[in-house]
Amino acid sequence: MTTTTAAPGTPAAGAHAVPHTVSPGLWALGWKRLKSDHVGMVSLAIVAAFIVMMILSGVGLVAGDWSKELGVNYAPPSFIGADIEGGTPAAAGVAPGATAAGGPASSYQSSVVDPLADVLAELRGEAKPAAAAEADAADAGKSVDPLADVMADIKAGAAKAAASGGAPAAAVEARAPTLLLGGDKWGRDVLKKTIKGSQTSIFVGLAAAAVAVFLGTLFGALAGYYGNWVDDLFNWFYAVFSSIPYLLLILAVAAVLQQKGILTIVLILGLTGWTGTFRLIRGEYLKHKAREYVQAADAIGASHARRMFVHIFPNVSHVVLVQLSIYAVGFIKAEVILSFLGFGVPVDVVSWGSMLNEAQNELILGKWWQLAAAGTAMALLVTAFSLFTDALRDALDPKLKGRAGM
Amino acid sequence: MTAYIIRRLWQMIPTMLGVILLVFVLFNWVGGDPAYVLAGKISNQEQIDNIRRQLGVDQPMWVQLWIFIKQVLTADFGASWSTNEKVGHILATRLGPSLTVLVPLLILETLFAIALSLAVAYVRGSLTDRVVMIVCTVGLSISILVYIIVFQYFFAYKLGWFPVQGWGNGFVENLFVYSALPILIGLTVSIAPSLRLYRTFFLDEINQDYVRTARAKGLSENRIMWVHVLRNASIPIITNLMSSLPGLLLGSFLIERFFSIPGIGREVILAVERSDFPVIKAITVYVAFATMATNLLADLMYKAVDPRVQFK
Repeated sequence: MTTTTAAPGTPAAGAHAVPHTVSPGLWALGWKRLKSDHVGMVSLAIVAAFIVMMILSGVGLVAGDWSKELGVNYAPPSFIGADIEGGTPAAAGVAPGATAAGGPASSYQSSVVDPLADVLAELRGEAKPAAAAEADAADAGKSVDPLADVMADIKAGAAKAAASGGAPAAAVEARAPTLLLGGDKWGRDVLKKTIKGSQTSIFVGLAAAAVAVFLGTLFGALAGYYGNWVDDLFNWFYAVFSSIPYLLLILAVAAVLQQKGILTIVLILGLTGWTGTFRLIRGEYLKHKAREYVQAADAIGASHARRMFVHIFPNVSHVVLVQLSIYAVGFIKAEVILSFLGFGVPVDVVSWGSMLNEAQNELILGKWWQLAAAGTAMALLVTAFSLFTDALRDALDPKLKGRAGM
Repeated sequence: MTAYIIRRLWQMIPTMLGVILLVFVLFNWVGGDPAYVLAGKISNQEQIDNIRRQLGVDQPMWVQLWIFIKQVLTADFGASWSTNEKVGHILATRLGPSLTVLVPLLILETLFAIALSLAVAYVRGSLTDRVVMIVCTVGLSISILVYIIVFQYFFAYKLGWFPVQGWGNGFVENLFVYSALPILIGLTVSIAPSLRLYRTFFLDEINQDYVRTARAKGLSENRIMWVHVLRNASIPIITNLMSSLPGLLLGSFLIERFFSIPGIGREVILAVERSDFPVIKAITVYVAFATMATNLLADLMYKAVDPRVQFK
């Protein structure tokens, strides 16, 4: 029943030696066209590399220890060399606070002996107040005082440490003066943060695109296939959703849903973003439902649902795939902006958006590496993804050429 | 023509009702009890009951919906929850700064994008064309956040060419001193996608027969490109321009936030941060109105540009 691209010759067919040529299906043709597109293949490789990185990071094989303070505060990238001026004062400011809190080393299992492990553990998110203070400090970052942020963190951290009564003694191990791509305010490795951040951003982009495209396809299929009042209803929905600008709708939903989380942001983006796919898929279904193969399916008694999703869907699935790819790019960008504004991922999760938020204040101090790392990683992925989308669209559906999504 | 406009306005009513319903469901149902948001942390049951009575949340849903529809019809959305300022007044005072940045930005962006894309389309396939397209694709992929952060740091903080942020009282001062860098950033960000899009529009036209005819009768290349091709490509350009208008008002919210420009976009962010529902509701409804109005305006402009367009 499905449109199979019959595997070339079962043993039985081979024995008969009937010269029967199987014309290649849409996917085989599309793949062939894509393979001859060098830009598309390179982009695909880059996108695939990012996705592999996301998966490795997701299962914890890579960058699982991104929140460890491996270097000194604001450790510069290795290719620049240690920066005595920048690193020391902040580090010196931290040490007394930690020793003052005092106490036996008990509650941390970090392999690096670190005077701030407890403080860090709290900053990492078990203790929301400290994390909230961090966000506040970041917001107030317009001030020129380079130590204001650090001091706020120290205060929040020391208060917490004093309350729990178990900060470790200062068995100081020298932290790395430089890191490969530099360190952030707490000396966390920017490279690892970027990898961990890409995990969040790419996952949100892909998952939200899947939700949006699923909804758009479902609604479009129903509207296009049934027509009449179903079509009117969904068109009304479409008119309503598309008359509110996308970002405003996202912000309104973000204002209403008070809890932050990766699932929330995936739902926000997915539930508001289905309109573009809806319009395309509805058009496709309108076109296809009158075709002969659908009438034939009707004649052999296929149900509506079966005609819609078993017969017609494979014939429009290339549109869906291209939409998925277009949406993923748009949503990765949107997630970065939302997280930057603080409406996205929670504070204990790192994403490119939250990195850019930190980087904004760091740049004033001349610490440009976190901005460069997050900005470059995102630009690389988005460029590759857009080029891949173009190549995919040209390979699968040359007629769609020039239709820019979102 | 008049009949067409009236019919289009009539068709807007169900959509507008839908927007009202969507906003209502979002804020009155999904959003939970606004009294708890308003009362804050120090609240007892009595206070909450009081607030509920004031807002009318203790009424049944359909009464609340009617209250909201009345608010929309009378353009009176009450007072902001956080500053107690009238929502109408907030929006009226925020519109000016937004437009001070957006109108020059829109004009410059359209002019630059059309001129550049005409030029690039004219030399299609050349090295220049390809380099410009690659630059656009890469430029498009860099987050707007990076542009704002880097431009603000270099041009305002490091080089001191522009004020880092702020807003003055005089219009001239605002336009030429405080809006200059925001407009520059807006141009940098928005030209790349427009350029790419308009180029494809021009390429669709440039191979048409009428271009060859114009060339055959000895018209100058300038006249062919700027009059014949541009006029024929203007319908998709107008569509793109008009559909980007309402989004632009909000799209600049990042810029407004970074540069402390007291505009609509910044107000949206502030309102979301403070859970200031009346302000968000009002902005959402008004912007939806504006979107529908610009769609209608775009359709009317087609007719002005292209006499072949017939209104159904």
